[in-house]
Amino acid sequence: MSLHQHPRGLRQHLPMAIPAVVLTVFFLVPFGIMVAYSFYHRVSGGFYEPAFELDNYARFLTPLFLGVLGFSLWLCGLAAVLCTAAAVPFTWFLSRFSPRGQTLWLVFILSVLSLSEVIIGFAWSTLLSRSAGISNLFVALGLIDQPTAYSPSFLALLLGMCFITFPYTVLVLYPSVTRLDPEVTEAARTLGATPLRTFFTVVVPSLRPAIVATLVLVFVFTLGVYVLPQLLGQPQHWTLSVFITDQAVYQSNIPFAAAVAVFLMLVSLALIGLTLLAGGGRRS
Amino acid sequence: MHDLVLEDVRKSYGSVLAVTDVTLHIPAGKLVCFLGPSGCGKTTLLRMIAGLEAPSAGRLLLDGTDIAPLPPDRRGFGMVFQSLALFDHLTVGENIAYALHIRGESRDRQRARAEQLLEMVRLPGIADRHVSQLSGGQRQRVAIARALAVDPKLFLLDEPLSALDAKLREAMQIELRLLQQRLNVTTILVTHDQREAMTMADLIVVMGDHRVQQVGPPSQIYREPANTFVADFIGTSNLLPVTVEGGGSGAVRFNGAAVSVGAIPDGLTGAATLLVRPEELHVLPEAAAAAGGPNRLPATVTFVRDVGGTVEVHVDCHGHALIAESLRKDAPAVAAGDAVTVELPPAACRVLAA
Repeated sequence: MSLHQHPRGLRQHLPMAIPAVVLTVFFLVPFGIMVAYSFYHRVSGGFYEPAFELDNYARFLTPLFLGVLGFSLWLCGLAAVLCTAAAVPFTWFLSRFSPRGQTLWLVFILSVLSLSEVIIGFAWSTLLSRSAGISNLFVALGLIDQPTAYSPSFLALLLGMCFITFPYTVLVLYPSVTRLDPEVTEAARTLGATPLRTFFTVVVPSLRPAIVATLVLVFVFTLGVYVLPQLLGQPQHWTLSVFITDQAVYQSNIPFAAAVAVFLMLVSLALIGLTLLAGGGRRS
Repeated sequence: MHDLVLEDVRKSYGSVLAVTDVTLHIPAGKLVCFLGPSGCGKTTLLRMIAGLEAPSAGRLLLDGTDIAPLPPDRRGFGMVFQSLALFDHLTVGENIAYALHIRGESRDRQRARAEQLLEMVRLPGIADRHVSQLSGGQRQRVAIARALAVDPKLFLLDEPLSALDAKLREAMQIELRLLQQRLNVTTILVTHDQREAMTMADLIVVMGDHRVQQVGPPSQIYREPANTFVADFIGTSNLLPVTVEGGGSGAVRFNGAAVSVGAIPDGLTGAATLLVRPEELHVLPEAAAAAGGPNRLPATVTFVRDVGGTVEVHVDCHGHALIAESLRKDAPAVAAGDAVTVELPPAACRVLAA
């Protein structure tokens, strides 16, 4: 059988069977159960009974919930923009290193992936704390008078979010950046563009599809982060993921938590769709 | 019009030498061709002129001013790259007007100039098309138009036609040459295709082994090559090992027999190389003719290549392969295996250092 032929009959489809079964059993079925739960009726005391009611979805229209939703989208959108803005120039410079230098940097960056969200959260909260954090270094350098706590705060949370997603953004951008023809940037230089103009008028537009993919990736990834907001943020910085955890685990309100999760997924899908639509605008 | 002088230019990457000892004058308004095999340093030399590489030593004087410290964006040269390097995210018009856009010219001016240049490269009315919708030849013309957008002081071309098929390439060579003459722009063309160089250049700079081997007009490069490298690289050459006898006798010895030649360079004695171009070499069908005159050698036909307009007769002469080329109507009636005589007209024999 040639690789270009479509598989025919049961036998040739067999290699696909295992991933298909795994996906169905461990992803689609739990997801279906969660969708079903989101319509269930909650019984006080932590239980729920089968029903079909929209009460859980109706609760979205409270100022508290809409506030949390708005904050989550704002935080994750900001993290996506900042992280991508840092990753594009970084990857660009990385691609100009010697192959050996590139490998070392990539290994270093990928090693961050081996750290769990919890460890990263604790590390940053220590680093930004008053007693052991970098503010002590600033005092030693004479930049400030006395140590202060930079965490928990919005900026600490944003920093943690960017840190945790940065390796992924570099990984997504790296193939596109290394595939850029160096003669294209050289052409821009001979046509009168400074290195900075070249970067913004040639490099960034050429990387547009990869940049859009990076934005979507960081956005979706940070929407699912729920430990960092509790470690690095104040209660008003808790995102929808924290809210869902709180409803499901501490309030034992599984139907409402399920409804919020479904809603969050729909909202992020819609935003991703819009981003792709806008980003893919002028590709042919 | 601008002229460029290179003085003792050298470029090395660490211990690896790219090009050295380049001293050249690129006259204003002329088309100068850097010709050589790959790896000879011709592209490195062009990139140094463009400002994309810094010379390790030497000076680049544009109208008498050293331009070596200037970055490429401040040299005001137009360059066509081997990959063409078009901006895929822009339309044809935006590509061509990029330099004007960078200078902050108005959209109307950009548009007008792009239209004008498209007219000049004979692609009117495609300014709004996307670069990916163009054919190879069209992309070529757009790259040329883009490089000429702001009247460059120097027009630099790095193997610009190598991606085109043979027929289109030949047509573009002539078109590009006519365009260059019309604009009267000082131009440097890098190529490894000697036919392209002969077609287009006012002056050919033959490069090999990281240095300049010879500089001259095309006909001189072909007729009077300075050394065996140039003779071998330009056109098809019959090269025979000979011995120059002292005393200015005007003769050399090949395989024991005396061969009279036009001129022997001063001071050349001992082992040397005899050059005869294929179209100068005559093949006489009779083996017996070898005894009948000077500069005649016995040979055996090994192959006859009939390419239509011309006929090549390949012969073996004392273990050396020679090629004689003639028009079909002048071709000798011989076949592979025939014993023949080759005649080397003295005026066509050049002696080069071995």
